[in-house]
Amino acid sequence: MASLITCPHCGTRPKEEFSIRGDATPVRPAPMAPDEAWNDYAHVRANPRGRIREHWQHVSGCRRWLVVERDNFTHEVFAVTDATESRGGAR
Amino acid sequence: MTAYRLASGGLIDRSHTLGFSFDGASLSGHPGDTLASALLASDRLLVGRSFKYHRPRGIVTAGPSEPNALVTVGTGARRDPNTRATVAELYDGLAAVSQNRWPSLAFDLGAVNDRLARFLSAGFYYKTFMWPSAFWEKVYEPLIRRAAGLGRTALSPDPDAYEKSWAHCDLLVVGSGPTGLAAALVAARSGLRVILAEQDFLLGGALLSETMRLDGEAPVVFARRAVEELHGHPNVTLLPRTTVFGWYDDNIFGAVERVQKHSAAVDPARPVERVWRIAAKRAILATGAEERPLVFGGNDRPGVMTADAVATYANRYGVAAGKSVAIFTNGSSGYRTARDLAAQGVGIAALIDSRREAADAAPEGVRLIRGGSVVDTKGRQRIRALVADRGGFEELIACDALAMSGGWSPVIHLACQRGGRPVWSEALQAFLAPDVSGLVTAGAAAGLYRLAECLEDGARKAAAVVEALGRTAAGFERPVVGEETDPSFTALWHVPGAKSKAFVDFQNDVHTRDLGLAVREGFGHVEHAKRYTTSGMATDQGKLGNINAVGILAAMRGVSPAEVGTTTFRPFYTPVSFGALAGTSVGEHAMPVRRSPLHGWAARNGAAFIDAGLWYRSAWFPKAGEKTWRESVDREVRTVREHAGLCDVSTLGKIEVFGPDAAEFLNRLYCNPLLKLPVGKARYGLMLREDGMVYDDGTVSRLGEEHFLLTTTTGMAAGTLAHMEFAAQVLWPELGVRFLSVSDQWAQMSLAGPKARAILQALVEDDLSDAAFPFLAAREVRLKGNLKARLFRISFSGELAYELAVPAGFGEAVADAIMRAGAPHGICAYGLEALNVLRIEKGHVTHAEFDGRVTPDDAGLGRMMATGKPDFIGKRLSTRFGLTAADRAQLVGLKAVEADKDMRAGAHLLKDGAKPSTLNDQGWVSSACFSPTLGGHIALAFLKSGRERYGEKIVVWDKLRGVETAAEVCDPVFVDPENRKLMA
Amino acid sequence: MRYSALSIFKQALAGNLGWKPVWREPEPKPHYDVIIVGGGGHGLATAYYLAREFGIRNVAVVEKGYLGSGNVGRNTTIVRSNYMLPGNEPFYEFSLKLWEGLERELNYNVMLSQRGIISLYHNDSQRDHYTRRGNAMMMEGVAAEQLDRETLKRMLPFLNFDHARFPIVGGLLQRRAGTARHDAVAWGFARGADRLGVDLIQNCEVTGIRRENGLVTGVETTKGFIGCNRLALAAAGNTSRVGTMAGLKLPLESHVLQAFVTEGLKPCIDHVITYGAGHFYISQSDKGGLVFGAEIDGYSSYAQRGNLATAEHVMEEGVTMIPGLSRVRVLRSWGGVMDMSMDGSPIIDRTSIENLYLNCGWCYGGFKATPASGFCFAHLIARGESHHVARALRLDRFERGFPIDEAGAGTQPNLH
Repeated sequence: MASLITCPHCGTRPKEEFSIRGDATPVRPAPMAPDEAWNDYAHVRANPRGRIREHWQHVSGCRRWLVVERDNFTHEVFAVTDATESRGGAR
Repeated sequence: MTAYRLASGGLIDRSHTLGFSFDGASLSGHPGDTLASALLASDRLLVGRSFKYHRPRGIVTAGPSEPNALVTVGTGARRDPNTRATVAELYDGLAAVSQNRWPSLAFDLGAVNDRLARFLSAGFYYKTFMWPSAFWEKVYEPLIRRAAGLGRTALSPDPDAYEKSWAHCDLLVVGSGPTGLAAALVAARSGLRVILAEQDFLLGGALLSETMRLDGEAPVVFARRAVEELHGHPNVTLLPRTTVFGWYDDNIFGAVERVQKHSAAVDPARPVERVWRIAAKRAILATGAEERPLVFGGNDRPGVMTADAVATYANRYGVAAGKSVAIFTNGSSGYRTARDLAAQGVGIAALIDSRREAADAAPEGVRLIRGGSVVDTKGRQRIRALVADRGGFEELIACDALAMSGGWSPVIHLACQRGGRPVWSEALQAFLAPDVSGLVTAGAAAGLYRLAECLEDGARKAAAVVEALGRTAAGFERPVVGEETDPSFTALWHVPGAKSKAFVDFQNDVHTRDLGLAVREGFGHVEHAKRYTTSGMATDQGKLGNINAVGILAAMRGVSPAEVGTTTFRPFYTPVSFGALAGTSVGEHAMPVRRSPLHGWAARNGAAFIDAGLWYRSAWFPKAGEKTWRESVDREVRTVREHAGLCDVSTLGKIEVFGPDAAEFLNRLYCNPLLKLPVGKARYGLMLREDGMVYDDGTVSRLGEEHFLLTTTTGMAAGTLAHMEFAAQVLWPELGVRFLSVSDQWAQMSLAGPKARAILQALVEDDLSDAAFPFLAAREVRLKGNLKARLFRISFSGELAYELAVPAGFGEAVADAIMRAGAPHGICAYGLEALNVLRIEKGHVTHAEFDGRVTPDDAGLGRMMATGKPDFIGKRLSTRFGLTAADRAQLVGLKAVEADKDMRAGAHLLKDGAKPSTLNDQGWVSSACFSPTLGGHIALAFLKSGRERYGEKIVVWDKLRGVETAAEVCDPVFVDPENRKLMA
Repeated sequence: MRYSALSIFKQALAGNLGWKPVWREPEPKPHYDVIIVGGGGHGLATAYYLAREFGIRNVAVVEKGYLGSGNVGRNTTIVRSNYMLPGNEPFYEFSLKLWEGLERELNYNVMLSQRGIISLYHNDSQRDHYTRRGNAMMMEGVAAEQLDRETLKRMLPFLNFDHARFPIVGGLLQRRAGTARHDAVAWGFARGADRLGVDLIQNCEVTGIRRENGLVTGVETTKGFIGCNRLALAAAGNTSRVGTMAGLKLPLESHVLQAFVTEGLKPCIDHVITYGAGHFYISQSDKGGLVFGAEIDGYSSYAQRGNLATAEHVMEEGVTMIPGLSRVRVLRSWGGVMDMSMDGSPIIDRTSIENLYLNCGWCYGGFKATPASGFCFAHLIARGESHHVARALRLDRFERGFPIDEAGAGTQPNLH
């Protein structure tokens, strides 16, 4: 997907400047959260077809971690936000 | 004048002659010719053999969809197999040979397959060749492989260069026919940044072979004028010889420009091909329409061509397809070809129209058969007659070429490459592009076949783009077009009553009976039929035959073509070379090279270098008289243990960490405690992944209350930085911490050995006594001559050792100074191999041990985990049952029982006397070396419950090398377990 | 009907008009013992072995598209058993043994071609890794050979020995590895299952999973409700979507992997060759096309198409490994949706729902596993317990801490 990503800091840049980590939905549990919460965080993915949020890093640019909100079937990108700013949005 | 060249006309330069060869024969053509038109002009109709039956085949089209006329162009390392003669621009000295025939094109032994055709029906190979089982790979398969394939590749290094480029535009117009030119003109005049890409070497598309008048002039005049105007717009880029091969996300188009494929003398300073990645705000597909062949008995005979191709050869190239051309059509297109041929004085044997009634009129004097069809053809290497059916009455009609027109299919490939499925139009009897965003089809590609419609549609759709982009559309005055005929046709998917094979896919030899068999056997789904019969899988990807196949399948299944649907359109529209797609980042330039700031120092000291990721690292420093690497390494190890050695460790990752929460951050990042690390001290640090496995290790030094410096292993430098950034930006953004990678800013060297202090003190102003600079001290020091440096008393070798970091530019000077100061102490330079031996002897782990499946406890570092810390990455999942199980493989040392027997990394471990099996596998050797210190082979290994098994004799099992070595399990620290040398 | 040279001869004389449909096109029955969701290689193989080995014939395979329309029809056809970890190697070797008898077992020529796979390595640490892997294979009784640079020069003179950024040091060879004709595998298993009475139902998309009292009772489909005693999922890249219908939470992420084929060429590359300084791999099909690919694009995707940048990188690796590929033209690219698991290894297991079974997580390596996956899944469904070669492929291995991580990359699916 996404031949181009519009970084909120650097503007529209080719995909090769970015690296992809994966699903941005899981939030790291509190240290004492139940085992299931930790297992879900580390291992379980909703993996829907459609709208998803994904962590990308602009490694060859500002080096910020970004949340790319997009459709994983049509590959349409809806929004790219800085991960620090968008943190908590999924809680 | 060659046999089939017309006396006049065409867009060829008759004043110049180009010599070329085909299968060794010297022939000639003119500038403006394609290889195909020059071959046709020279009476070389037979150009190839089909894939399966090796049937003689001639040129069928005049464009990129050609299935038959595939030849090998060029010689030696510049051979280009499977080149389509119909788009290969003729140049002086072009050398072409035919393919897939032996011993010759005219006489091909493989043609015996044609006689056996009924035994070789679609998918026959799935049903046989199973007995006896050994025969498949020894006999049948080699036979099939030899028979299959088309051209031959030299598979030798390519002397030519390629490159890649980005382009950005408001509007990309694909195709420069009437539609594309009109669109480009409107967009250009409106001020848009326009790219016009055309796969042909001339701009003009269908206008180049059109005879209809525009404003009373030849269409090519309009085309030339339009191109001239476009040239004059600074906001327009014209890309002839450029095929747009793919449409990708975000409206990115891939295109390949053939920069120097039309010349025998390649300029080495320029690429032969260039791949463009075109980022277009909008795109207009003005790719025209493809004429469909008719599917009748013997429709693959050389001399049978599409009617459009026959007209194109006559009008654009001044070549007659034959001297007595028959025409078989289901619509007006055949009449157009008849008119054009008649105008050029070419003989027409008959015009056969499958329709009983039509408004079209044949040229005067041409015999017209309405409601007729062709059911067979005669001749071998060129058609000599056709068998016409006139309402049940058969008639043999002599001809030497046959033009066929089965109607038109809009060229919509690009529009369907991103998941949109084509839409069947009952009115047009064709598939149209789906509604997609960013791209629209126009003109014939949108099913508008009249010239006037094309011009209007191109202009209108460009105007819509202009408006959508917030500008005002400029005007376009459509030239007056002569009287146009009704372009409709009556679909005729296949002609009933075929007397011989009626081909659907020419190259892959798929005929109607194959499709029938597929349907009969349950492979009626269009994808099954394709995969079972291979229809549409040839190098033309079904451009010519697929729609006919869909129509035939629909008829056989009794449904509409809409229900059958098409197979999936995918890149590449036409094949693209590896070289063009790869560009310049190949061979030695596949990846960048990183050199340490001490590279020059190491080279001057005679280092042998090895690859380590992107780095070249000094591996060992051979001295005169040393014959093997082992001699050098053994000497270096001994020198370090007895005197001192200097090693380049600059490639380690170095990350500075600042901020009020720096300590808290690192305390969460590493599994061991770091909160209370005193300023001026270093500590070994172990970083885990969240799943509890070791991620990386290194040292953490506290240079100030809110200032740390950490090192990573060479290979993990980039990954660790990204990991830290993720932790700081996503996991704990509330922590005040910032990082900076300074890996490239510092030259770092390790000075190790009993004499290290004495040598270093000669260069350093500060007091280096053990009391003043104890083990794990880490702070800034001043070198003599006033250079500020960072000094760390840390050791990988187990010796008294220091790591000294100086600004990268001073690295070599400082290293030289150390070597000079160390000379009286017997110092040597040592490399990665000696360092590896030293650390194995000391039982230190690297990524040979940390393979991503190892916990701290596996590596004997379990005590480092500060489980009392509230949180650190990897803490929670480390407690999982599987990560704490007692039978996990644990790090141990191995000593070969017999001193002359070696062990190598990658060997596995077996209990003495146990039978080799996965179940009995006890572990594996991660690192091994000859220890000059111990005088024998030692290894580090992971052994099930290993720490309980010290003293056990075990078999180091290296069946891959055919070696089994008896070894004793021991503590992994072989040298100085009490750390006396380290603390000296 | 039985296939043979004789049947071809006889049918040819009769104008090839007597061939019978390879499979029936049945309407779904109201109820089956077992319904398998997914008519790809693994689903069809499961149905075949359920009927053939375990005598369970009241079985339906429901497929949303056409049979074999998933990854079995869009892969690079490689068959091998050169794995390293004890959780994997016995399973893949079992699979290769099944491959070796498959043509006669199915009476269908899947064109297994044991051309050998050569995995190149380019430095000492890669050599050590491949040594470890080769010895792991030998432990399981699987022949492996280490090839040095000189041997490779003789065998594969077209590799880049002289001007490579990462010089070729050696290679690991498994001679029994090779390729097979991918579509034929799906068709062969389908035909075999059909002949044993399995209903293969195409164009039948599962839209819901009906449950009562904690058990699955059947599936809602585009052809109506179909009841079953046991439900088995073999839906590859779509497993998460189907699993969600039963409330399953799975350790999967769907990714796109591109593959490519060149124009047909006369034989020039005999082996399957993999590049150690990248992910590129290549082989030549019987039709003459060079079939190749490399790594996944790296982002979550359900679209069967990839990115140009990834494709270009694949070509860079190809030309770097074999400079002579430069003038060869690439005909077509395609993409498959991979069910990437959290450790890069598959899952064949029961689920929290007693009569719901799971087969997934094949990442980009499912094709070679097809026979063993079917066999072991059928074993699990029929016997209620894992086949011994598939015991490690458990769903709960992540929470229990027993990952099978060949790449050592951890729980980030796009790194496997």
